Amino acid sequence: MKAVEIKKIPIYVMGKKFEVPEELTILKALEYSGFDIKRGCGCRGGVCGACATVYRRKGEYKINTGLACQTVIEPEINLVQLPFVSTRKSLIAIREVEPESLDIVKAYPELMRCMGCNTCTKSCPVDLKVMDYVSAVIRGDLAEVVELSIDCVMCGMCASRCPAELTPFNIALFVRRVYGMHMLPESEQLRSRLQEIEDGIYTEELTKLKTMLNDDMQARFLELQANKGASI
Amino acid sequence: MAYPVGMKSSIEKVELTRKNRLHSECPRMAPDEKAVLLKGFHPDFKDGDKLKLRCGVNKGERVPKVMAEYIEAPSRLDLASVDLSQADYKTDVLVIGGGGGGATAALTASENGADVLIATKLRLGDSNTIMAEGGIGAATYPEDSPVIHYIDTMVGGRFKNIPEVVEALVHDAPGIVSWLSGLGVNFDRKADGSYFAHMPAGHSAKRSHSIKDITGLEIMRALCDEVRNRQISVLEFSPAVELILDEEGRCAGAVLEDLDIGKKIVVEAGAVIMATGGMGRLHPNGFPTSNHYGATADGIVMASRAGAKLLYMEYVQYHPTGVAWPEQMLGLLLSEALRAQGAEVVNSDGEAFVNRLETRDALAAAILRECGQREKGAVTPTGVAGVWLDTPMIDLKCGPGTFLKRFAGIDHRFKKYGIDPSKEPLLVYPTQHYQNGGVKINVNGETNIPYLYMAGEVSGGVHGHNRLGSNSLQDIFVFGRRSGSHAAEFYRKSPAKKMVLNHVQAHTEELDALGLVTDKTSPLLLPDYKFEKALVSAQYSTDIGEAQ
Ligand SMILES: Cc1cc2nc3c(=O)[nH]c(=O)nc-3n(C[C@H](O)[C@H](O)[C@H](O)COP(=O)(O)OP(=O)(O)OC[C@H]3O[C@@H](n4cnc5c(N)ncnc54)[C@H](O)[C@@H]3O)c2cc1C
Ligand code: SF4
Ligand code: SF4
Ligand code: FES
Repeated sequence: MKAVEIKKIPIYVMGKKFEVPEELTILKALEYSGFDIKRGCGCRGGVCGACATVYRRKGEYKINTGLACQTVIEPEINLVQLPFVSTRKSLIAIREVEPESLDIVKAYPELMRCMGCNTCTKSCPVDLKVMDYVSAVIRGDLAEVVELSIDCVMCGMCASRCPAELTPFNIALFVRRVYGMHMLPESEQLRSRLQEIEDGIYTEELTKLKTMLNDDMQARFLELQANKGASI
Repeated sequence: MAYPVGMKSSIEKVELTRKNRLHSECPRMAPDEKAVLLKGFHPDFKDGDKLKLRCGVNKGERVPKVMAEYIEAPSRLDLASVDLSQADYKTDVLVIGGGGGGATAALTASENGADVLIATKLRLGDSNTIMAEGGIGAATYPEDSPVIHYIDTMVGGRFKNIPEVVEALVHDAPGIVSWLSGLGVNFDRKADGSYFAHMPAGHSAKRSHSIKDITGLEIMRALCDEVRNRQISVLEFSPAVELILDEEGRCAGAVLEDLDIGKKIVVEAGAVIMATGGMGRLHPNGFPTSNHYGATADGIVMASRAGAKLLYMEYVQYHPTGVAWPEQMLGLLLSEALRAQGAEVVNSDGEAFVNRLETRDALAAAILRECGQREKGAVTPTGVAGVWLDTPMIDLKCGPGTFLKRFAGIDHRFKKYGIDPSKEPLLVYPTQHYQNGGVKINVNGETNIPYLYMAGEVSGGVHGHNRLGSNSLQDIFVFGRRSGSHAAEFYRKSPAKKMVLNHVQAHTEELDALGLVTDKTSPLLLPDYKFEKALVSAQYSTDIGEAQ
């Protein structure tokens, strides 16, 4: 390891001062400070939403939201961990939903309380247009909801900041599942493959392959590789 | 934090050679050339990083050194602190682990009428599964077939895979795509409704089904939601610490540890399905890892202690393209799909030194050779060497805007650090990614211990010595389904006469007799990154780079 000079900066964790190397993420800064992380950490890669956090920059009145594993600290930043966001989700069985007559407001009556304040969008750490997908839900434009919410990491930030107490991410998940289950067309290609498998047309060849000599299989592989098309 | 000045000169060289590289691909390696490369540079073949286990039923098995340290450590469970005569929970099927394999097994066992309890370490869904970007492999295209999928999988696994288990994998795979779609997973589709698929390295057909670059996230969200909708009981932050057996050595449940309050929880179960995933957070060979926080090989430790046979644990998969810069993202994975879409791998002088579609093991070894012996790595200010993944080639080959459309997540994460991957290449270095081996299973996910099943990354045999990209997501669903339905039918119907932890006692005695002393206990549950250890993840790759 080449000796790299580490420059440290002061940060505040729940009001207490620590000195940590600059350019760490909030998560690593908490660890460097000595906190034992059990909750509030999952993938460490920005996709699971376990590490949602709020912080305040030096001298600012604004509370910022972010993912602790993705956000880099600044001098005198004020940190706190949010180990859990309590939310409600509807238990309606998605399979039994009929999209034509779907009444999402029945499952999530609080939808009607949305006042269009855009706080949810401003608080989303992965920059989704949350208010826009909430309006798409109210309009019943399910495809638009899927499109706008597909990258949601379910961190709960929008729900925790919404003054009307909506749970946008659970509503969007509900819609995406309804859409995927009922609105996407069945693939003819997949259907016929499943039929072939059910008819057992690959059984004999697979059985033979199980005892094929490695060299022979390698040769078949090279042939396949030589004949395969472009990768996309 | 855009690229520092020191790295810019290397990027300029990459830009200079880009135009020529668009029209000429680096040739694929011949089999013997590949064998020499692997022997010389792949960490699996490096002596001194593997140890033969000295205790238990797997004595003599070669495993990564860190793995041995945890298997050969005493239990973290103080036997005096548990009272097995009083079970806190009784269930037909206990599923340990709440990732894709676990959630699938739980849903399937529940569909088949069993009473199911899931115990998991973090939140339900916090797992490696949620991180999968690339896709899930299944032969659904007309020009493809389960037969070709079988051949590719065996060749990729160096012919060490268990044939029947691979047959099960390729046979069930198309049905899994259909099952997931039926749960409301929004797979990428073409205009006519058929699935969009791409061809990852080592496959001979377009086979990897994706949901943008968030395949695992979309699937895991749907699975968790379905688990909640079915009201399956879930104990979060309650990892298993030891399996419980009956007096005949059959599995009868597990002891859990409540991470919030430290209490031990005894679960009596008619069958146990273990789906605890991989080992990345043990940092084998000192590598960074792409894995989630809870990937500490607990399942391997518990199962082998209970007498389950391990297979191929020594083979660890290093993903060739882990992030090497920016520092904050070190070790995170850059999907294979980037290479499938056209991004080449080039060295600090902008030279392509390996075909972008080589298998993971060969590509990782080639990168280690380039950064090590050949000294053609680009070096970051923190002393980490890496090579370039030339992502701007994607838009050049497939049309402007393709990168943003297909890889919005990657784009978003890099732009935070001032790097635009559709215009600038990304610095990569191999990262620990997947545990190829694990507890040996059969076609039903059964182990050699009655009533103990494995599903997913914790199991061994499906992938032989080396897993092909997109086959792991398929594996967890195929064997999640198979173990779930088998367990729901064949779980022990009459309660165990007596639950015991004799194997844990015996393990302690064996360690004593062998004079094996350590300050560790196991399973580890969570890695320790406190104080300076928060920075170690930045040092790993440098150590390796210099060792070569
Ligand atoms: C970044 C990344 C990208 C990937 N991309 C792809 C891809 O594109 N295609 C592909 O096929 N594969 C991919 N893989 C591999 C694949 O995602 C994993 O191998 C697979 O999801 C593993 O699933 P699993 O259910 O076995 O384990 P996991 O999903 O890791 O789940 C294990 C669960 O068990 C829990 N657990 C651990 N220990 C305990 C314990 N002691 N008690 C209770 N619970 C415990 C964990 O917290 C976790 O919830 C990728 C992996 C990573 C890390
Ligand atoms: S939409 Fe809400 S839950 Fe989803 S990522 Fe944004 S803030 Fe988090
Ligand atoms: S924060 Fe709540 S009330 Fe405001 S726009 Fe978003 S969902 Fe509506
Ligand atoms: S830990 Fe998963 S998003 Fe930060």
